[in-house]
Amino acid sequence: MTTETHTTLTSRGGGPRADRSFMILALAAGLLVLAVLALILITTTREAWPAFSHMGLSFITERTWDPPAEVFGALAFIYGTALVSLISLIFAVPVSIGIALFLTELAPRRLRGPAITVIDLLAAVPSVVFGLWGVLVVAPKLVPVYRWFHDVLGGIPVVGSVFAEPIGSGRSFMTAGLIVAIMIVPIITSISREVFSTVPQADKDAALALGATRWEMIKGAVFPHSFGGLVGAVILGLGRAMGETIAITLVIGGSTQITANVFASGNAMPSVIVSQIGESTGTFTAALIGLGVVLFAMTVIINTLAQAIVRRAEARMRGATS
Amino acid sequence: MTTTLERTSRGTPDLTRRALSTRRRITNQVALGAITLALVIAIVPLGLVVYSVISKGGGIMSGEFLTEDISLSVRRAGGGMGPAIIGTLLITGGAALMAVPLGVLGAIYLNEYGKQRPLARLIRMLADIMTGVPSIIMGLFIYTIWVLTFEARSGFAGALALACLMLPVVIRSTEEMLKLVPDELRQASLALGARKWRTTVTVVLPAAISGITSGSLLAIARAAGETAPIIFVVGAVNATNWNLFSGENTALPAQIFSNASQPFQIAQDRAWGAALTLIAIVLIFTIIARFIANRFAIKER
Repeated sequence: MTTETHTTLTSRGGGPRADRSFMILALAAGLLVLAVLALILITTTREAWPAFSHMGLSFITERTWDPPAEVFGALAFIYGTALVSLISLIFAVPVSIGIALFLTELAPRRLRGPAITVIDLLAAVPSVVFGLWGVLVVAPKLVPVYRWFHDVLGGIPVVGSVFAEPIGSGRSFMTAGLIVAIMIVPIITSISREVFSTVPQADKDAALALGATRWEMIKGAVFPHSFGGLVGAVILGLGRAMGETIAITLVIGGSTQITANVFASGNAMPSVIVSQIGESTGTFTAALIGLGVVLFAMTVIINTLAQAIVRRAEARMRGATS
Repeated sequence: MTTTLERTSRGTPDLTRRALSTRRRITNQVALGAITLALVIAIVPLGLVVYSVISKGGGIMSGEFLTEDISLSVRRAGGGMGPAIIGTLLITGGAALMAVPLGVLGAIYLNEYGKQRPLARLIRMLADIMTGVPSIIMGLFIYTIWVLTFEARSGFAGALALACLMLPVVIRSTEEMLKLVPDELRQASLALGARKWRTTVTVVLPAAISGITSGSLLAIARAAGETAPIIFVVGAVNATNWNLFSGENTALPAQIFSNASQPFQIAQDRAWGAALTLIAIVLIFTIIARFIANRFAIKER
């Protein structure tokens, strides 16, 4: 046979070298993700180092934050972030799971599209707009509500300290938690929806065929199947809540204190960074960047955990359906 | 009526709703009611926010508000948001010019070359983690590597921070779109003798272009509303700065934030006006993205 056919098969367009350089270019773009994450970790830790070495471990265990005296204890802000996130999850999780159930199990086909659009729009509203609405409209209106809760529950021993005297401006942990709750509903809803949609139709049909009501079907067939995935969705929501900055900054009140009172003002890690970095120098700047390092570490750990849980749950689902 | 009775007497179970015990029926209805209520609970705040922004921001809205320079006084009326609108468009546009091509290239690596290799899996996982990194961390990152190094705040620093936020979103959404391109198209192109890079650029990308565009526009819309990452890296100006690379700049979210913390009515009005403008910009991007996704979706199947 002839050997020259081999040569005619090569195509125009730069030869193997072009192919190779294109792949390298694409790979480089992919590796950019790795590079950025590594750079974030390295540069922020380096800039924060003066504060870390100045404070040692007490950076996260000390509750005093006094920049002029060079005392930087982030505990009050870590507490604020944790409390606001907890409040937001308490409100957002039931609502999100409810919406996801409505969309996957109850909604008529016609209603599904518009309902999803509404949730997408909720995600599209910028954080700062929620903050503006929270501080100028919601916070003042909530003060009487808080006062009512305080009057009713304030007398009970332990519960009373949680619902103690509300702050007059309404800018508090609770207001921040409520605003953040609205903002994390879309993410928890969309992941819960994905998780619910992996429940095998056969399981649901079987439950209904056995005479279960819709709710009994959800309880008996949908929930057991999707529990792992839901935990992942909630943790992912927690990650979002912890990193939320501008809305919290506007509605939390900005005071450094650790109190059980959810109606009192406080501060959260991202808010401290954004509101104080403008006028900071030296160790103060390092301490603020240090807050960012702690926040970065916390969110990365939480997101990795959540993704692992969701992925594992999804893999198990797929095994069950096939 | 008689037929039903006959059937029941023959031993067929009553399958109607009435056969359920009261407790089960009520539990079912309460639970389903609560599920439906959840959707209403989510719609109410959205409606209230939109109503507040339109009613309070509509009052100050005018041609002057959209074009004039930012007032130097937070107490007196006058001035507009012109520099902030230009700033938002420049910074977001700059971020998109960096993040979209790189993100698409990254996605091409993941879907066309890496597939299920360990390195591709690692990049995929890191992109998911990067999506969850708080936006303020991106701001701090650019603050440490750019602002502290060059001792200058600029629109470009803000664009870099937004690009970092957009990159993982663009990568993941583009990869999903590339996955939808049927393998037959690739094989056909390769069989005709096209090299892999040519196949990717002239066959695979065009087939997925509408999905990629809409995903990128959604990422851009999200980035345009971000405040935390840009507020301390772009600085502040009152007059329009067309130069992204030198001099401080400003953006709508930053203006909303600084005016919202003021006790003066006129400043708060400005914040609402800026919020209305920002929501309009975000909405326009989102609607265009949806339109493209719906209009051209058939091509991808």
